[in-house]
Amino acid sequence: MRSFTYERAASPAEAAKAVATTQGAKFIAGGTNLIDLMKLEIETPTHLVDVQDLGLDQVEDTEDGGLRIGTFVSNTALSAHPRVREDYAVLTRAIQAGASGQLRNKATTGGNLLQRTRCAYFYDTNMPCNKRKPGDGCAAIDGFSRQLGVIGTSDSCIATYPGDMAVAMRALDAVVETVKPDGTARAIPAADFHRLWGDTPHIETALEPGEIITHVRLPAPVGGQHFYHKVRDRRSYAYALVSVAAVIQPDGTGRVAFGGVAPKPWRSEAADAQLPNGAAAVVRTAFADARPTEQNAFKIPLAERTLAGILADAQTGTRS
Amino acid sequence: MAENGFLKVSRRGVLAGGVASATVGQASILRAQDTAPGSAAKEAKVPVRLTVNGTPQELELDSRTTLLDTLREHLKLTGSKKGCDHGQCGACTVMVNGTRINSCLSLAVQHQGDEITTIEGLGSPEDLHPMQAAFVEHDGYQCGYCTPGQICSAVAVLEEIRNGVPSHVTEDLTGRMRATEMEMRERMSGNICRCGAYSNIAEAMAQVAKG
Repeated sequence: MRSFTYERAASPAEAAKAVATTQGAKFIAGGTNLIDLMKLEIETPTHLVDVQDLGLDQVEDTEDGGLRIGTFVSNTALSAHPRVREDYAVLTRAIQAGASGQLRNKATTGGNLLQRTRCAYFYDTNMPCNKRKPGDGCAAIDGFSRQLGVIGTSDSCIATYPGDMAVAMRALDAVVETVKPDGTARAIPAADFHRLWGDTPHIETALEPGEIITHVRLPAPVGGQHFYHKVRDRRSYAYALVSVAAVIQPDGTGRVAFGGVAPKPWRSEAADAQLPNGAAAVVRTAFADARPTEQNAFKIPLAERTLAGILADAQTGTRS
Repeated sequence: MAENGFLKVSRRGVLAGGVASATVGQASILRAQDTAPGSAAKEAKVPVRLTVNGTPQELELDSRTTLLDTLREHLKLTGSKKGCDHGQCGACTVMVNGTRINSCLSLAVQHQGDEITTIEGLGSPEDLHPMQAAFVEHDGYQCGYCTPGQICSAVAVLEEIRNGVPSHVTEDLTGRMRATEMEMRERMSGNICRCGAYSNIAEAMAQVAKG
């Protein structure tokens, strides 16, 4: 691990300014992803700004009946919050499908949104990777790509966003609240938060340099039955091959977002509209522009079958 | 002390130079710091105050020191183990303010004022924690390397169930959480045992859960 200096910021604006004005600076929240990457020298910050003293560790009710989640709320605390369990069960299910108990206790809401890809070629510093080193090339495209993306990828990068929590947040139309280094706040819809890789796979989110996540806002509950089904190589503590977050209403309409397949949680309104027509229709629409490799083409039928399982459970009222 | 710091900084300079092609900008920053060894060493050292197994500790640590290395290398509490050092195996599991975490993926400086409990703080050979006694009774280990992490995790898992934290296998998210075997197995998935003592670990936990 490279040497770094460390400070604790006292306000979001102060933290944002510190990161924006210090070359090589990064925020640290839980650190479960960042410290791992620092040990591998994939991340080499020269200065860390710790956000644990910003008072952003609460979940509050909002006036419109929704929730406002502080960026430092742990994955465990968020998933166990009574209102999340009651009104946003897809979020509890998604969080509990990810990582291990130890990691969920330390990982935070904002940090989890910024979790970097788990592409093995990104982790292997002996391999070329456009995300790790822009212009370096991509060893994954012609490599072992079974785990990697099938849609929203580019000729520069076929990595996926690896998280679970954000897939549920996308299905819930969450909004990411931020503060910029000049102190101004803005709200970024979950749909626009993660970027597609294009020619710049090292730029992963809509955040500007130094811009800090302060909260994630959930709109008022939408009712319905909530599901998060995750398919992986073992039953626990593994990244998704495919995951599906869905909220299904009694009339068969609803919303669905897919994880493990793209640079961001994958959802489209056109695909949502196909829900009453069944899983095949939804997946045909959602994955119309898919560009899978030979090794990961299975993810598309797997997504369809996973969603079909959810729709069958919704009809019988299983695990609502 | 200063000489020590200078030597460390010099070594870092060599390491930075070796991979300079990957991050030219940052390597040059490190070299710039390295030309003033005294100040660079001071900058990288941070005071850390925390309480470990009830004993207050004041340390001066390199900012890179993980909580695990703090416990093992600086406080000589070698019960917590370094398995993978990347949060994948759970051998380093300790409790921070009553909550289990991977101590290998946490920096000591993140834990100012925190209360840490390690396997040494749970019990002693003369006065075993009930979970330690249950592991012995049910033969919940073979080589023993993962055992301190398994036991810290097991104690915390039962506490998490008591506190109503749901899991991936919880059917009713709004009902009372129960310490079923399926729940305990799912919640222990972050602790890997290469000897495969899982079924005996589950039996030990079930005994403690029953009370």
